[in-house]
Amino acid sequence: MNKPIFQISPGFEEIMPPEYRDLVANGPYGKGFGVGDLGAYKELVEEHPLCAGCGLALSIRLALASLPNPEDTVVVGSTGCSSLVFPQVALHNIHSLFGNQNAVASGLKRALKLRFPDKEKDVVVIAGDGATADIGLDMVMQSWFRRERITTIMLDNEAYANTGGQESGMSRQGTVLNMAPTGKKFPKASIPEVAQAAGCAYVAATSPAHPKKLEKAVRRAVLIAREVGPTYIQLLSPCPTNYKFKPHETIPLIKQREKEGTFQNQEYISEEAQRFLDSLEEARKK
Amino acid sequence: MSRQQIADPQHLLFEAPRHQSFITGSEAVAEAVKRANVDMAIAYPITPQSESMHLVGELYEQGYIKDFYRAENEFAVMAAIHGASLGGGRVFTATSGPGTLRAMEMFPVWAGARQPIVCAFMCRGVSLPPSIQPENIEMGMLLDTGMLMLHAEDGQDFHDMILKGFVVAEQPDVHLPVGVFVDGFFATHTKDRVMLPPADLKLPPYDPRSAPVPTFDMETPPMRVTRDPLLNKSNFISGSANASWHQEILAAAERSRRHLRKCLGGLLEVQNPGAKIMIVASGTAVSQSREALRLLRAEGMEVGLIKIKSIRPFPEAELAEATDHADLIVVPEFNAGGWLGREVKAALDNNRRVISAPRIFGGMSMPPGLIVETIKGAMGTKKRTAAGV
Ligand SMILES: Cc1ncc(C[n+]2csc(CCOP(=O)(O)OP(=O)(O)O)c2C)c(N)n1
Ligand code: SF4
Ligand SMILES: [Mg+2]
Repeated sequence: MNKPIFQISPGFEEIMPPEYRDLVANGPYGKGFGVGDLGAYKELVEEHPLCAGCGLALSIRLALASLPNPEDTVVVGSTGCSSLVFPQVALHNIHSLFGNQNAVASGLKRALKLRFPDKEKDVVVIAGDGATADIGLDMVMQSWFRRERITTIMLDNEAYANTGGQESGMSRQGTVLNMAPTGKKFPKASIPEVAQAAGCAYVAATSPAHPKKLEKAVRRAVLIAREVGPTYIQLLSPCPTNYKFKPHETIPLIKQREKEGTFQNQEYISEEAQRFLDSLEEARKK
Repeated sequence: MSRQQIADPQHLLFEAPRHQSFITGSEAVAEAVKRANVDMAIAYPITPQSESMHLVGELYEQGYIKDFYRAENEFAVMAAIHGASLGGGRVFTATSGPGTLRAMEMFPVWAGARQPIVCAFMCRGVSLPPSIQPENIEMGMLLDTGMLMLHAEDGQDFHDMILKGFVVAEQPDVHLPVGVFVDGFFATHTKDRVMLPPADLKLPPYDPRSAPVPTFDMETPPMRVTRDPLLNKSNFISGSANASWHQEILAAAERSRRHLRKCLGGLLEVQNPGAKIMIVASGTAVSQSREALRLLRAEGMEVGLIKIKSIRPFPEAELAEATDHADLIVVPEFNAGGWLGREVKAALDNNRRVISAPRIFGGMSMPPGLIVETIKGAMGTKKRTAAGV
């Protein structure tokens, strides 16, 4: 990629940190990499401070590796554990406040459209379950009502992890968490259904237990958001620290949830989005 | 839409021949936005802001603005405006009282992100008790958000300060949000003579490359902006980084003085500079004070008037100089808190000279007679004190 953003000004090569130079030489920009290439290039996430075994870390790593055009993707995050990762992510990314991510993304996407009318600039929101389903739900849904051309990814760890493990709207009924001392009194919110009803052209629920599924969902979501309408992905990303399980149990826990039927991988594609995916497939075959 | 030519700001603001119009303050807002080459405006209705943003919506329909929408609430408006500005757009919005408070969390974010956003505030009372009447208590709540704050007296000021607001906000050594405030209804819903620059001229487009911070567009280097989260680390390095960022915001506001002086012809304006009694006011309290001056002069009393145009940065030095000789300083204002009185007291030596009154709130207009009475009452008190009574 020889856009100026991926170049170091002459004379500054030695001043830039080694891992930045590595990004310039071996980053994924413009290379069309996917999760299958992980390990063979310099990833977008530098070392991060999340806990060992954190489901969020797995989801973020895979989601970023699945972006169809990282070289033209801007990420909008929100407050929460994930906001500790994004300063180390080599994509332009915005973190302003807790819950306002979809409103920020709406303005951003429109401004980028005005400034770069002939170029696709993908805007992807990546935020926690509290940010998405509780404090920011209003703005998340309104961005869907307005059919903003953005992708919204929820990192669902079923709690407010960053503030010490409180109940969120995505926690399951009965779970004892901080601020739910006798167990949560109402069921987990079904945001995929809300997303469909609110106008999303593509909705998926999956997890880092299925990297290929996750990759497919992210690619579809980003491409559909460009051409058809808003898209939503929910990634179950368990939190070992607040749910008190061992770091190596994160993926087995997801699989156990699938077995029990307390978590299902889902995908919804609107008719228009399906026609669009078919047209991409046609074009690829030619 | 008539085709507009790009004009040098100096020409558009100061040199181009102006024509007289007779319009409301809300119309003056739209006339400013029309000439400001705005990329995007976002609005949420609230009295007394709505008329202005209806007219700004019409500018979008006529092709003067490239994108416009009605958002879901004021917090979301200010967040989306923030996003659009981070993406490199020139943006405008406006709100009033409860809308300002609803959006409160976003204002320090604008300043912290060093964004040249221009926002108009058509000030009104905040609940409870509910009020849609003019009052500017919200200004007192915004004093330390990091935004520059200009207080317009009338439609002319409102128009000029919005247009000039973009010019000052976008200076590379400033790059801060500018709030342009008026006392709702008094200045928004009354017609006044406003001198307008030609409608076929507009400001040059905003160039995000002039920003002191990178634009979030995956075009502006560097591709990775930071290396460590400043957040949640209590150590010397992140503390220093965070603190120096804040210092730079304050320093940028200081640097704006030079540009504001040039654009506004001074951060304050003095009438009857030699008088021993000075009124210090901002917004429509200035107009009411002019009337009080007239009444007092008819009684043979010479009183001076200082109109503060820039609340942030506050013209401490100019104010101290302009009041140095004064024995009595009266600060009338449209709110119960008396924030302007506090600002004035904090800026002056011997601030027992300052009477922070009258304060009018709840939606009444300020009777000039009340300013006169306040002055006379204070003089009486002073005489008694001097006589040791
Ligand atoms: C307006 C506001 N309210 C509350 C907080 C405190 N807060 C910070 S992070 C957080 C929880 C985040 O939860 P979630 O979005 O699920 O992200 P997680 O940390 O679980 O990944 C809360 C409540 C805040 N930063 N801002
Ligand atoms: S608290 Fe939970 S969600 Fe947050 S970083 Fe640790 S494991 Fe991840
Ligand atoms: Mg969470």
